[in-house]
Amino acid sequence: MFRKLHDPGRDAVTVHIDGSPVIAETGESVAAVLLRQPELWNRTTPVSESPRAPYCMMGVCFECLVEIDGQGSVQACLTPVRDGMQVIRQQGRRRLMA
Amino acid sequence: MSDTHTDLLIVGAGPAGMAAAVTARRHGLTVRVVDDQPAPGGQIWRAIETVAATPRLGRLGEAYRAGVDRAAAFRACGAIYEAQSQLWQIEPGFRAFVTRDGRACSFTASQVILATGAQERPVPFPGWTLPGVLTVGAAQILLKTADSIPEKPVWIAGCGPLPLLYMTQLLAAGGKIAGFLDTTPPGRLGTALRHLPQAVARLGDLAKGLSWSWALRRAGFPMIRHVTELRAEGKDKLQRLHYRTGSGSEGEVAAELLLVHEGVVPNIHPAVALGCAVTWNDPQQCQVPVLDGWGETTVAGVFVAGDGAGIAGAEAAEPRGRLAALRVAMNLGKLDDHAAETSARAERGLLARALALRPFLDALYAPRAQVFAPADETLVCRCEEVTAGELRARARQGRPGPNQLKAFTRAGMGPCQGRQCAATMTQIIAATQKRPIKEVEGYRVRPPLKPVTLGELASLDMQEPAA
Repeated sequence: MFRKLHDPGRDAVTVHIDGSPVIAETGESVAAVLLRQPELWNRTTPVSESPRAPYCMMGVCFECLVEIDGQGSVQACLTPVRDGMQVIRQQGRRRLMA
Repeated sequence: MSDTHTDLLIVGAGPAGMAAAVTARRHGLTVRVVDDQPAPGGQIWRAIETVAATPRLGRLGEAYRAGVDRAAAFRACGAIYEAQSQLWQIEPGFRAFVTRDGRACSFTASQVILATGAQERPVPFPGWTLPGVLTVGAAQILLKTADSIPEKPVWIAGCGPLPLLYMTQLLAAGGKIAGFLDTTPPGRLGTALRHLPQAVARLGDLAKGLSWSWALRRAGFPMIRHVTELRAEGKDKLQRLHYRTGSGSEGEVAAELLLVHEGVVPNIHPAVALGCAVTWNDPQQCQVPVLDGWGETTVAGVFVAGDGAGIAGAEAAEPRGRLAALRVAMNLGKLDDHAAETSARAERGLLARALALRPFLDALYAPRAQVFAPADETLVCRCEEVTAGELRARARQGRPGPNQLKAFTRAGMGPCQGRQCAATMTQIIAATQKRPIKEVEGYRVRPPLKPVTLGELASLDMQEPAA
């Protein structure tokens, strides 16, 4: 969907999306990385389980919610990537017991 | 002084917040700035410190480059800067609660400046929730913060300066545009030109706008004028885009990415939560806080500066931020009335100059009527998936206001807390019940302003406030 114009070079880090490693650059948000993946969705809604992807990129739409390092419903657009980060696309409602 | 108290708390590190911080520090105030982004600059100067060191700075334009010095001055001013900190409550007095790194904490301050900026106006149309539909602002943030552009030629739909600026930046970055669906209604230029005498002071800006338009026309992609309706279609993602123009002509194109924009509106959630009075701004079709000449709200000691005070852009945000900071310095006895008035006069001159083009822009780019009257099938509340048709049907029964409709339908109860549906909800109620929009109240805004986990709440190290 989106492509990065430069090679991150020394600033490259690896994040895992649903277990698959992808290259990201220090300083960019998890949502920016998600929008470069061929599979364009990061959650399904609690009401109808329809897929959603990042929409506003500035923290006001809450469409980019994902599970990050075990914590559910994190705003991917407000979360900078970290090396080794585990990002899971979240499906439907959150459950009390994971 | 405890390490959690400052004279002044500023919410937001964009143009207004940074300018307020620098001014307040110059007058000897202790200042804390909380901001939800990892670096200063707000939306206009997103990632400015990172980009400043790269060749990318050049293609983002002069207005963006101006942020380099501002961020440096802010870093050097001596304010306590809390980055990546989400404000979720402010109590009178004032105590602010924020979360950062999975932990909650609170700060106190004698006075507060809310410099919370703007968000893009929600633009509901059938299919706007499909993956592949984003705002133009979102794409511009991706360009600034991740040096990312659409992989394939992109469709852009909307109205206002931002689509023109983004398309210019996108072409400079080597991107391609499939087409621009211009939703500006016919006859707008004539209306806008009535404000030309006032706008003459800003001929440079007018020329800049024209030069963008000419450059885009030369680029040779299709530009379809007077588009009134959009529909996005596809299975689980955007695949087709359907549009209709004012003259009734229709088109359908294959698309995997659509960027939309219909102007920006103030982010007033924290001000409303604090009980500050708001009023309807007709030219900008949005609610704005009621402010005096310094930016002070109807709640003593609470100020709003920047686009949160009404859309006026970064150039107006800075004098507004400085005016608010001068008043805070006066209120706290750090500046005498005469000195404050002298400094304020210069700031008011800058503000007036920055505002000169606004009536022209507001008239030219006032949102088309369809933005507020989406088709029945359209999801108005993205979070709880409530359609315009459902809201209309409910709005006819017993003249409920937005807060009743929220309780009936759950619209506005999701994680975005009405940021994407409140404006449309209000307009639908006004139209269905034939009430003036000014008389329809907004959603009540309650804490937490952003979702907080139980774990974050439990981490709050709260002691009973010392008397």
